[in-house]
Amino acid sequence: MENLVQLFLQSILNNNIALAFILGMCPLIAISTNVKNAKGMGLAVVLVVTLTAMINWPIYALLKSTGTTALSLLVFIITIAATVQILEMLLDKFFPKLYNAFGIFLPLITVNCVVLAVSLFFVRNNYTFVETTIYSFGSSVGWLLAIVLVAGIREKMKKVSDVPRGLAGKGIVFIVLGILALAFIGFTGLSFFR
Amino acid sequence: MKLIRLKYTKWFNVLKDGLSKNNPIVIAVLGICSALAVTNRVENAIAMGLGVTFVVMASSAVVSLIRNFIPTKVRMVTYMVIISAFVIAVQMFLGAFFPLIEKSLGAYVGLIITNCIVMGRAEAYAVKNPVKYTLVDGFANGMGYTFVLVSIAAIREILAFGEILGYALPLPAGWVNWTVMTMAPGGFFVLGVFIWVFRELSKHYEVTE
Repeated sequence: MENLVQLFLQSILNNNIALAFILGMCPLIAISTNVKNAKGMGLAVVLVVTLTAMINWPIYALLKSTGTTALSLLVFIITIAATVQILEMLLDKFFPKLYNAFGIFLPLITVNCVVLAVSLFFVRNNYTFVETTIYSFGSSVGWLLAIVLVAGIREKMKKVSDVPRGLAGKGIVFIVLGILALAFIGFTGLSFFR
Repeated sequence: MKLIRLKYTKWFNVLKDGLSKNNPIVIAVLGICSALAVTNRVENAIAMGLGVTFVVMASSAVVSLIRNFIPTKVRMVTYMVIISAFVIAVQMFLGAFFPLIEKSLGAYVGLIITNCIVMGRAEAYAVKNPVKYTLVDGFANGMGYTFVLVSIAAIREILAFGEILGYALPLPAGWVNWTVMTMAPGGFFVLGVFIWVFRELSKHYEVTE
C-alpha cells in the first residue's frame, strides 16, 4: 500500500511527466493561453491516459504471451485512437454537458505524447496492473498540474510583463517552463515513508 | 544563370520553407518533446534527427501515394498506422545496429509516432501534393528538425560535460560542468534562447493579441 502511495506521489512531483520527462509539450504550449482551457485539456488527458493505460495493460500481456511484442507500438496507437473516438461518441450521447466542456480537446489527445508514453513506460518498468493504473493516473495529474501552472503564469504575464519581441508568444513559454522545471527538481529524492 | 532560375522553382522553395522559413521547431514550435528530451548528447540528437527525417519522408510519401483512396473520416487513423509501421522499422534498425543509442533514447524512439511534425506534414502537405514534392518537403522538414536538435545538443553537451561527441574540449582550468544542462530545465532554457536568437536574426516575430 505504501509503495502505491509513494508511486502515485512520485509520478506527480519527482517524475512529473511534463517537467522532468518533457512530454506532451505541443498541447501544453498551444493550449496554455488561459486557465479555463488548460483545465479542460488537463482533465481530458487524465481521463484518456488512465483509461488507455488500463486497456493497454491486458493487451500487452496478450502480446507477450503470443511473442509479438514488436507490434506493441502499432497496437497501442490503435487502441488509443479507438478509445478516444469511442469516448467522444459516448460523451456526446450520454453527457452532452461534459462533452461541451472538453469535447473539442478529445480529438487532439490522440497526438499527445503523454498517452503513448505512459503505455510505453509501464512496459519498460514491468508494472503490475494496479501499479500501472496508479502510475498512469499520477502522471496525468502531474501533467494537469503543469499545464494549469503554465497557463496561470501566462495569464498574469500578459497583463504585467514586457516580453522582448523575439521571445513573445511561444518563446517565453520555454523560459517559464525551465524555471518551473528547476523548481520541480527540488522534489528530487523526496520520500514520503521511511 | 541556372542558379538564379533555380531560386524560383518549386523544389527550391519547398526546401527553403522547411529549413528556415517554416522551421518546424523554431517557427511552428512543433515536435518539442523529443527535441528536448534527447538533446543532452550530440550522437543521440543525430540519431533522433535522422530517424525522424526517415519517418517523415517515408510516411509522407505513402500518404501522398494513397491520398485519393483515404476516406476523410478515417484519415487520422490511417496516418497513425502508416507512421507507426515506419517507426517500428526505425526502432528495430537502431536496436540491431546501434544498441547503445537505442538504449539511451529509450522510449523516445517509439514516441516519434506522436511527434507532431510527422503527423503535421501528412495532414498539411502530403494529402494535397504529388509524391515528388512530398519527398522534398519531408526531407526539408526533417533536416530543419535535425539542424535545431544538433545545435541544441552541441550547446548542452559542451556546457554539461565539457566535451563534444565524446571528445574532451580544451577548456580553461577551473571549469565546472553545468549539471543543470543535462536535465530538463537546461533543455528548456537553451531552446528558449535559441528561438529568441533565431527569430531576431530572421526577423520572424510572433504576433500576439
